Amino acid sequence: MATTEVERTLNHLSRTLNLTGHVGFDSLPDQLVNKSVAQGFCFNILCVGETGIGKSTMMDTLFNTNFDSTPSSHDLQDVKLKSHTYDLRESNVRMKLNCVDTVGFGDQINKEDSWKAIVEYIDTQFDAYLQEELKIKRSIHNYQDRRLHACLYFIAPTGHSLKAIDLVTMKKLDSKVNVIPVIAKADTITKTELHKFKTKIMQELVTNGIKIYQFPTDDETVAETNTAMNGVLPFAIVGSNDEVKIGNKMVKARQYPWGTVQVENENHCDFVKLREMIIRTNMEDLRETTHKRHYELYRRHKLEEMGFSDSDAKSLSETYEIKRQQHVSDLQKKEEEMRQTFVIRVKEKEGELKDAEKDLHVRFDGLKKQHADEKRKLEDSKKRLEEEINAFNQRKVAAQQASTLGKKKK
Amino acid sequence: MDNCEKEKRDEREKKHGGDTHKELEGYVGFANLPNQVYRKSVKRGFEFTLMVVGESGLGKSTLINSLFLTDLYSSEFPGPSHRIKKTVKVDTTQVMLKENGVQLKLTTTDTPGFGDAVDNSNCWQPIIDYIDNKYEDYLTAESRVNRTGIPDNRVHCCLYFIAPTGHGLKPLDVEFMKRLHDKVNIIPLIAKADTLTPEECRDFKKSILSEIAEHKIKIYEFPYCEDEEESKIQKKLRDRVPFAVVGSNRVIDSGGKKVRGRMYPWGVVEVENLEHNDFIALRNMLIRTHMQDLKDVTNNVHYENYRYGKLAPVQSDGKIKPGSLTKDPLTQMAEEKRDHDLKMKKMEAEMEQVFEMKVKEKKNKLKESEVDLQKRAEQMKKGLEQQQKELDDRWRQFEKEKQEWESANDRHKDILDSAKKEKKRLF
Repeated sequence: MATTEVERTLNHLSRTLNLTGHVGFDSLPDQLVNKSVAQGFCFNILCVGETGIGKSTMMDTLFNTNFDSTPSSHDLQDVKLKSHTYDLRESNVRMKLNCVDTVGFGDQINKEDSWKAIVEYIDTQFDAYLQEELKIKRSIHNYQDRRLHACLYFIAPTGHSLKAIDLVTMKKLDSKVNVIPVIAKADTITKTELHKFKTKIMQELVTNGIKIYQFPTDDETVAETNTAMNGVLPFAIVGSNDEVKIGNKMVKARQYPWGTVQVENENHCDFVKLREMIIRTNMEDLRETTHKRHYELYRRHKLEEMGFSDSDAKSLSETYEIKRQQHVSDLQKKEEEMRQTFVIRVKEKEGELKDAEKDLHVRFDGLKKQHADEKRKLEDSKKRLEEEINAFNQRKVAAQQASTLGKKKK
Repeated sequence: MDNCEKEKRDEREKKHGGDTHKELEGYVGFANLPNQVYRKSVKRGFEFTLMVVGESGLGKSTLINSLFLTDLYSSEFPGPSHRIKKTVKVDTTQVMLKENGVQLKLTTTDTPGFGDAVDNSNCWQPIIDYIDNKYEDYLTAESRVNRTGIPDNRVHCCLYFIAPTGHGLKPLDVEFMKRLHDKVNIIPLIAKADTLTPEECRDFKKSILSEIAEHKIKIYEFPYCEDEEESKIQKKLRDRVPFAVVGSNRVIDSGGKKVRGRMYPWGVVEVENLEHNDFIALRNMLIRTHMQDLKDVTNNVHYENYRYGKLAPVQSDGKIKPGSLTKDPLTQMAEEKRDHDLKMKKMEAEMEQVFEMKVKEKKNKLKESEVDLQKRAEQMKKGLEQQQKELDDRWRQFEKEKQEWESANDRHKDILDSAKKEKKRLF
């Protein structure tokens, strides 16, 4: 029988070899891409911002379609998240776009808990993915991923600085999702004001330690563009569903008495930059960062919470076994404890009842004794009576005898 | 093919159905997404683990060298047939290959000694152990709390070399494939195919395929491709399974061209000639079109099977608890705990009820006996009182009698006394 000796690497370092011809594995990226395209992509984007700041319009403009969203009112009690999913197709690429909107954000008088609903939503999506990943029979490659890949945070165009709620919310979100701040309704700010505003915003973000999403600069093909764009953040955007004829083309624009703001004019606003960066250049990176950084962070915390750790050097199945055994023994212990408490209670009650019984008996004994005493007294009395009757009878007899004697004597 | 494609598309639409399908009214840009994926994957680099199994001398090392057009196995790094020891081992070689900017980390696993002993029982066990170990490593890495990049060393493909006997599969071949088809993608190859004439090769392939079907062995099936043209080309190659291959390390001058081949007195067998053997088919299918799919099937099917086998909670009766597979073990435990809590509450309520009932019973009994005793005490008291009354009556009567008699007696006595006194006076 062959004994087993498993694995011995012939060399510890892998050698780099030269090919003497065309092997053909340079098609591997294509194979991978073809598979991804066949499966279809998905992208989940969250828009956070006050009511009326232009989130839905921006989504329409960004994805060049009409999402038919109904504008919401200002008097909602708390922040809710509404998500809509759309199937989009551009050339041969299919994408499932999931737009999540924060409804009611910033409308309440007390906005302390506004960010909670958002964080909860993000955590729920992470949790769902984690659950799927931990299942025994799982289908991760078929899983419909709803984790948020990007969060567009809409900053109101005050021209001064970030609002308190902006800072609080972004701070809570920066470790959970890729936060991309944008200045909404930028057609109310002049170029100089904008420059000052952007600098102020970035300063405040840095001061408060808020880590917004930075476009990656490690890929040579896009490093330059990305670095340049990182310096233009946050993008000042204008959205519009209406088209205006400029020259001989219909362009998306907002028409004012004093002129027309063209959405896709890079001089007018940064919309094109935003679209380029988010969709055309870095969409895959957004998805990857969500999976590799934000999700892993969440997973790590969740697992540590549940009591897992890497230090035990045990395999997953062993850890599960241990947990299961512990769990079973916990349940058994609980059952035992409950039974015990009952046993004690029963004993106590029994004791009480016994005492009550004893009391009763004591009482009855007392009564019996009393009765016995009285009976004795009665008996004594009777005996006395008998004795007196006897004595009396004797006297009677004696007296009678005496009288008869006397009579005789006479 | 058209209908098939349409069907597939409809199926996909249905899967994603229920959502609104929106038409784009202009340029958005996510059509560039595949390019982004392409770039990232090139940057990441690729890795592939190939396992070669077969008796010694079947030309495994030569074939690998031919497949990758490089000297993976050389005099410095000898192939498995030159490294046979007394026991079957599993060895790995790792090389980095680069082609047109695409980096591939190729790990070749070979099994010197397989099938070469006199008694080959269980010679597949080291291989099974190796594959399982790799899955175990991956499972552990995937389950860590802190995971930063999971290295994928799982075996993605196993090339199984069949000796060109021309008759059929040997028992060892059948045993091996039966034991490993659930663990790894098996691609059976007919080695040293230049010993078979085309007809012999055809018959051999037919008998191999029928034996494979007979023993219900699941070899790797190259999936169909979406593109019609591609599909036609691939079908021609797919029909040659199992591939009858010839490998060569030498480049020969044949009719003015430099080709890889084997020079015989009667002619040159060209490795890369589809009419001479199926090497091109193997290379194209393995490397150029389905390498990624092999990795995906390993990850989605074989690895998941392993993981399932490892983690499924098998009860004491050997069966799996129903409903336990759709949830991860921790949710399951939480659910079990919840169920148990409910059960305990119910039990507690029941015990409470029984307790109360018993207490009530006892209390009632106690009360009854109290009432009983009370009644008896009353009765006795009454009895005594009656007796007392009777006695008192008798006393009274007796007193009366006594009084009467005494007064009568006293009169009598007085008379006697007076008579006596008189008598005394008389005397």
